[in-house]
Amino acid sequence: MKFKTALASATILAACMFGSASAADLTIGFSQIGSESGWRAAETTLTKQQAEKRGIDLKFADAQQKQENQIKAIRSFIAQGVDAILIAPVVATGWDEVLTEAKDAEIPVILLDRTVDSSKDLYLTAVTSDLVHEGNVAGKWLVDTVAGKPCNVVELQGTTGSSPAIDRKKGFEEALKGHDNLKIIRSQTGDFTRTKGKEVMESFLKAEDGGKNICALYAHNDDMAVGAIQAIKEAGLKPGTDILVVSIDAVPDIFQAMAAGEANATVELTPDMAGPALDALEAYLKDKTEPPKWIQTESKLYTQADDPQKVYEAKKGLGY
Amino acid sequence: MIESAQRLAWRLAPQLIALIIILILCRLVFPGFYSIEFQNGRLYGSLIDVLNRGAPVALLAVGMTVVIATKGIDLSVGAVMAICGAVAASSSVRGDPLVLTLILTLGVGLICGVWNGFLVSVLNIQPIVATLVLMVAGRGIAQLITEGAILTFNDPGLIFIGSGSFIALPMPVVTWLLFGIAVAVLLRLTALGLLIEAVGINRRASTLSGIRTPVLLMAAYMLSGLCAAIAGIIVAADIKGADANNAGLWLELDAILAVVVGGTSLLGGRFSIIASLIGAMIIQAINTGILLSGFPPEFNLIIKAAIIVIILVIQSPKVQGVMTFLTVKSARKRDVEQTAQ
Repeated sequence: MKFKTALASATILAACMFGSASAADLTIGFSQIGSESGWRAAETTLTKQQAEKRGIDLKFADAQQKQENQIKAIRSFIAQGVDAILIAPVVATGWDEVLTEAKDAEIPVILLDRTVDSSKDLYLTAVTSDLVHEGNVAGKWLVDTVAGKPCNVVELQGTTGSSPAIDRKKGFEEALKGHDNLKIIRSQTGDFTRTKGKEVMESFLKAEDGGKNICALYAHNDDMAVGAIQAIKEAGLKPGTDILVVSIDAVPDIFQAMAAGEANATVELTPDMAGPALDALEAYLKDKTEPPKWIQTESKLYTQADDPQKVYEAKKGLGY
Repeated sequence: MIESAQRLAWRLAPQLIALIIILILCRLVFPGFYSIEFQNGRLYGSLIDVLNRGAPVALLAVGMTVVIATKGIDLSVGAVMAICGAVAASSSVRGDPLVLTLILTLGVGLICGVWNGFLVSVLNIQPIVATLVLMVAGRGIAQLITEGAILTFNDPGLIFIGSGSFIALPMPVVTWLLFGIAVAVLLRLTALGLLIEAVGINRRASTLSGIRTPVLLMAAYMLSGLCAAIAGIIVAADIKGADANNAGLWLELDAILAVVVGGTSLLGGRFSIIASLIGAMIIQAINTGILLSGFPPEFNLIIKAAIIVIILVIQSPKVQGVMTFLTVKSARKRDVEQTAQ
């Protein structure tokens, strides 16, 4: 205890001496896109938790899906003289001016979850997941699980043309390359929703001999998988046994399905973007360590062996 | 009686022919389309899927037909579905008995209808603008109720409405069939249908001739709200959860399309609920057919649009006029030939 206090006072002393702020009295502005999905709500909750844990004063601004609100929020953060700014940018373009203002005010900016088209020296770093890698992890799991046995895969794509749909498809197909026992026999969009996931899975089951022809389902997000699981059950098959189910996102409800043995694996798109971001920021403020321009978050694979019930309980309160 | 049945058959002929052609096309792209099996105590097959998945649009189309017949339109039905799904889910999660959940949800749907009806009939705001208000705000209200997350529930009674079965048919199919026929019969066996058409053709003249127009308009929008509430319950019960972001998204457009494909004019006046229901089934048969065909998803919307354009072109007054002209001409020619012989 004493050691900690001593350390803390030493840090404060050092901070005063060098004129830079320590984590203890940092003020950070966070411009969030909005709360359009459960995942984003969880990201907000976790960012607030991370800030609280580190004793950071977090100023939170909800942009309600509008870039102009984000730009306003960033300008007001600059006016308030915050120590750093976190942005989850709603679109990729149109950030040059406001980012230059932040740079002129010598406030480091970190991008969360999405990137922007501006020059790389306008922000400190970007913390995002790699969508292609996520699809790849899901594909590898399936390749390892079927272990050389022939397997027909059906795919529920995300919204046609959206970057998660394109990249998660690409990553999965890359993982399957060279494994001729695995074949994607049907691929159709389920618009990332449970209702469409269920409807499309119903049609897959009808089209493939009542589902007897299908050995695995790959869904671009958990919600579609949850819908598809219901369709499989209603068709009189056992999801998780008769048809393997692998999806991406790791939302709480898929862990419930995994605990019930109805889903097999999910790849986490972590909502904890703020953790790595704040680590990089603290290191930068402490001794000017330049972080890499892109910090990739871990795409962790969860299976039925990872005590899904416990993960579900832990994730439930995050606002998903 | 026979005459009115004949007239109904004549009225429904274009829709029925379109439906049959679509079903034949479905059979061509997917050979197993007509196979129906009996499984787990219910019928199981693609045709049943069409009836089942078409339930929300069919229900919305019932209310939409009546609203459109009054020369109105209800853009808010998709959002009202989301609100009602959210209300049903939150009530079920709270532990309310099923009956209370249903009364509450249908009540909320009716209140949404009252709001639209008030704007249209009392304040005389144009229907497209008046219902746009709730279309935009409604999804926000639904998100407030679910707090942005998908609210899941486990009440077997509520789930039964979405995925249970009754006399071997899925519950949503039974619901929309019974509800649609009940409304159609009610409107046609009483003077209500006629009054609605009168209001749609000329509201002022109807008022002057003694029809209580505001009450009738209010009732039309309340019916639409009620339909949206039932559809909302079905959609939520189907996935055992209320998805405020996506439940009923863009379904108002499918409902309007079903009414138009059903041959009811957006300018109000004559309407047919049965034709709108067939319209809803045409749309769903196209959707299911595309899913079964195995085409890449990029083509979904293009194929759907192309088929609908063809149906609408065939139904358009110009083409109808040409068709009548040709049939009359050929009939005359035949007559002439017969006389010559």
